[in-house]
Amino acid sequence: MSRLTIVTKNQAQKTMEGLYQDLERRIVASPPGLCPVDMAASFLKLCHAQSCGKCVPCRIGLGQLERLLEDVLDGKGSLETINLIEELAEDIALSADCAIGWEAAKMVLKGVRGFREDYVEHVERGRCISGLKQAVPCVSLCPAGVDIPGYIALVGEKRYEDAVRLIRKDNPMVSVCGLICEHPCEARCRRNMLDQGVNIRGLKRYAAEHAGKVPAPKPADSTGKRVAVIGGGPGGISAAYYLSLMGHGVTIYEQRKNLGGMLRYGIPAYRLPREILDEEIKVLLSHGVKVETGVRIGEERTVEDLRKEYDAVYIAIGAHQDKKIGIPGEEAKGVLSAVEMLGRLGEGETLDFAGEDVIVIGGGNVAMDAARSAIRLGAAKVRVVYRRRVSDMTALPEEVEGAVAEGCQMAELLAPVRIEAGEDGKAEALWVQPQIIGQVKDGRPAPRKAAVGEERLACDRIIVAIGQGIETKAFEESGIPIRRGGIDALNWSGIQNIPGVFAGGDCVTGPATVIRAIAAGKVAAANIDEYLGFHHPIESGVEIPKIRLDDRAAWGRVNMKERNPVERKRDFALIEQGMSEEEALQEASRCLRCDHCGFGCFRGGRTERW
Amino acid sequence: MVKLTIDNQPLEVPAGTTILEAARAARIRIPTLCFLKEINEIGACRVCLVEQKGRERLLTACNNVVESGMELFTNSPKVRRARMTNLRLILSQHDSNCPTCVRSGNCSLQKLANDLGIVRVPYEKQLFHSRWTKNFPLLRNYEKCIKCMRCIQICEKVQGMNIWDLSKTGSRTTVDVSGNRILEESDCALCGQCITHCPTGALRERDDTPKVFRALADPDKITVVQIAPAVRAAWGESLGLSREAATVKRLVAAMRKMGFDYIFDTNFSADLTIMEEGSEFLERMKRRGEAKLPLFTSCCPGWVRFIKSQYPEMVAHLSTAKSPQQMFGAVAKSYYASLLGVEPERIFCVSVMPCLAKKQECALPAMQDAGAGQDVDVVLTTREIDRMIRAEHIDAQGLSEEEFDVPLGQGTGAAVIFGATGGVMEAALRSAYYLVTGKNPEPDAFRQVRGLEGWKEAVFDLAGTPVRVAVASGLGNTRRLMEAVKRGEAQYDFVEIMACPGGCAGGGGQPIHDGEELAGVRGQVLYGLDQVSELRFSHENPAVLQCYEDFFGKPLSQKAHHLLHTDHEG
Repeated sequence: MSRLTIVTKNQAQKTMEGLYQDLERRIVASPPGLCPVDMAASFLKLCHAQSCGKCVPCRIGLGQLERLLEDVLDGKGSLETINLIEELAEDIALSADCAIGWEAAKMVLKGVRGFREDYVEHVERGRCISGLKQAVPCVSLCPAGVDIPGYIALVGEKRYEDAVRLIRKDNPMVSVCGLICEHPCEARCRRNMLDQGVNIRGLKRYAAEHAGKVPAPKPADSTGKRVAVIGGGPGGISAAYYLSLMGHGVTIYEQRKNLGGMLRYGIPAYRLPREILDEEIKVLLSHGVKVETGVRIGEERTVEDLRKEYDAVYIAIGAHQDKKIGIPGEEAKGVLSAVEMLGRLGEGETLDFAGEDVIVIGGGNVAMDAARSAIRLGAAKVRVVYRRRVSDMTALPEEVEGAVAEGCQMAELLAPVRIEAGEDGKAEALWVQPQIIGQVKDGRPAPRKAAVGEERLACDRIIVAIGQGIETKAFEESGIPIRRGGIDALNWSGIQNIPGVFAGGDCVTGPATVIRAIAAGKVAAANIDEYLGFHHPIESGVEIPKIRLDDRAAWGRVNMKERNPVERKRDFALIEQGMSEEEALQEASRCLRCDHCGFGCFRGGRTERW
Repeated sequence: MVKLTIDNQPLEVPAGTTILEAARAARIRIPTLCFLKEINEIGACRVCLVEQKGRERLLTACNNVVESGMELFTNSPKVRRARMTNLRLILSQHDSNCPTCVRSGNCSLQKLANDLGIVRVPYEKQLFHSRWTKNFPLLRNYEKCIKCMRCIQICEKVQGMNIWDLSKTGSRTTVDVSGNRILEESDCALCGQCITHCPTGALRERDDTPKVFRALADPDKITVVQIAPAVRAAWGESLGLSREAATVKRLVAAMRKMGFDYIFDTNFSADLTIMEEGSEFLERMKRRGEAKLPLFTSCCPGWVRFIKSQYPEMVAHLSTAKSPQQMFGAVAKSYYASLLGVEPERIFCVSVMPCLAKKQECALPAMQDAGAGQDVDVVLTTREIDRMIRAEHIDAQGLSEEEFDVPLGQGTGAAVIFGATGGVMEAALRSAYYLVTGKNPEPDAFRQVRGLEGWKEAVFDLAGTPVRVAVASGLGNTRRLMEAVKRGEAQYDFVEIMACPGGCAGGGGQPIHDGEELAGVRGQVLYGLDQVSELRFSHENPAVLQCYEDFFGKPLSQKAHHLLHTDHEG
């Protein structure tokens, strides 16, 4: 007998490792609408299989819990069963020897409390409240409901123009979204069950860039109705586009010099080149949409004026007000908000940070935009100060990685305390209190003060990127209801008791994504059309290719490459490089066509018009 | 055109053809189960599998289209095994108690399992138990449901009612009433199309034959039965009779053997309906402007249920005339009881209908006008009367033709076409023309309203007045028509609606032939009967004229209103 041996994995262990990964990917691709009780029971079975079998609550208790959940699912249980499940789970959570048992019981507890009405429906009526309503994961997760399998199939047939037409049916800003959409569609792509989600945004970008000029479709006959859109961002432009296709006369009122909203005044050009934005807006507004820039509603003109002048009004002003951090010294010279900084860049102003030591406060995408812009403006050093850990940042991981690659430093676990200004009133340093990461609250670990003293971070400039608010004052004065700092609109974009006035996008939800704003514009257009007494359907007229009948082998996902960081940090040109044709066609062929397979061809595989 | 081979046979078919269609064109039979052309092409049962050379996974033939150069095999060992496995899996969750199933012998699952030679299922039997009320005319047996989804699709795509939906998810997925409702509280029109499109016995009508057998055995009961027009075009189908042999006179003979005392024809009351409804229409036309127009026919109880739940604000547009079934019941227990000189209570009134909704109609509180309980006591579907013929061991092949009883057995050609879409309209127009002009039109003058198209329109000249008519069948078509009427896009004077596609010939109570839509063929039988009828105008039915003379006086008289009309409030 050797005293010690080297541990190696045997075939079974290796296979299990692979299966764990399969399961992880499978959970990622779980479609929305499943019965939560059934899922909880299935999770529990997995948990129970993990039990070492030593302690009673875990070995026996989890099994008994499983049986009780099965009773509920089979309609054999009663309200008493639900109570028994809750009590048993509580006791296992309290008494199991290790996390395998107690965490398993906690999962059941979360469920029996979080979706109790589902449990009750099962025992009282033998039914389930949930049910699959959305057939295709990507389409159901896209706020605008873009026909993703449809356009991927079109890209696969090199029908790029048709792909753009099809996308525009639900989302007019094809080029913009091809570059900067947060692609919620990819999150639960069924392809995850095989390997990894399809690069949907990349394919959209490819279609947009290779379609050539695709004119807007022919609008319906003029209705003689007039609609005012307040705000020329993605939501306002989308609403204006659809309303003009429906034959209504649209005027956009924009307070800045140019249209685009956050696309121009928030998103740096290295992510969204201005000429692409300008070209897209030009095409979308080509059906006689009137634009009045430099008009701030609430000053010369009020919402009431617009209501009198127009048949309907859509408020899509976004969230452009910078939030203050609320620490002493914030008013010092050299402190500016990311909103202001990116806004000025959007106006075409050239800022000079040459040789400066810049601190950015915040951990979201806007903080990264500010930091990476600062590098491009010549800053010698850029630090992103964040009070939590880098892994807690709300910015997309690729944005953080991109910033680091370009030379930004991430200064994590530092809470800003005050800003120190010199005699000239100019910021000279940010004082911070180091933090230690702490208990998880609402699913996120909260930082707390570490047992060390404050630190002084000397700097030349501070950029505050901690979120944006909505400028609601002028609207509140016109009687528009405000709730939680935003306009209180209903889920169909209407406003309670104010017929003819609609609102949507960031100004209702708070700062969100471009695709949410676009979706809100689409919803508003549909409901404004109905309000005006019409029902103009929007459709693409594009025929979708049939599914290709080859086997779908596991195959790597094509990711987009980026320009070399050393080179790209010197300019504001586009960082991301599109796919090659070879890559695009391969990536398109990875789509599993959930519009055809599974639930898709039975229910809701495709909405051809809205 | 696309070139491919199926089972080594070279084929050339148009692009876009499904594998199933391509195979069928080459007379290669690929078995299907859930498939229903254009309605349910969802690849759920995985029975129509085929193997493509070079492809590992199998394909479904029903919803995949051919590709150039494909080499397909419909019966390779891989296909055969997977198809068998899937069928066995379906059987493991199907209550295969075939001897007690109404669909035994006419069940797609049973046939397929037999055809494939399945004699053993190695899996545990797992049946889904769920409750269902027994007294509604439509019954679902969860244990026989194979989740083919056809009922969901037919109700949504053809009837536009969305009564059925999936319920639950995962392994417990089943079909149930949508929105977690129960059927009685849903808007179900009781058209029965889900039953006639169910491949198994999961959906069926309430079995009312025991009540009829009891009445036949009761010496105090006088059993009076009426046979609806569309029944004669279909009753022989499941008894192995040819259309030529399956005449209504042979059905009369069969029923006489069963012991019915008086066998009558709903054609009589269909002619009566024309007199009442036609007069009502002319009355409303006279008061055009103030009277509710268009006038909607009220013969079809599925349609009446539909309008009450979907367009309650339009109910006043319904003709107040009862359906022929209910007119017959009211007449049987009043006029006919007096002819027989018996108490109406002794009469047990049965009707044989191609319809499920009729079972509900006869039980409405407003349908008891003769004062002796329900005017119609029991409604049997065509399928039920066929089952009774079999239960009585009647040799259908050996039946000779026998006549209906008099006087309520007399009907005209105008009445017999009630069973086909457009027939009521045509019959009404024939008599309306006569009532307005005093002379008969050419009997086929209004043939424009015939045919299976879901929504038909025509304008006829009635002595100088243009009459705008429309005919719709199927509730999906009906909804489109109703929306157009409501929006003012369509303007009509008279509209005939039948809930079932093709009218009663395609009714939800008719014999079931999986994958076939027989409304057209059966309708042709009815039009053929009209052609050869001596009398082709309802106003010439001598029994109807006699009935007015002896009993009702004239159409729309007070007595007629009492017995032959309703306010649809029931």
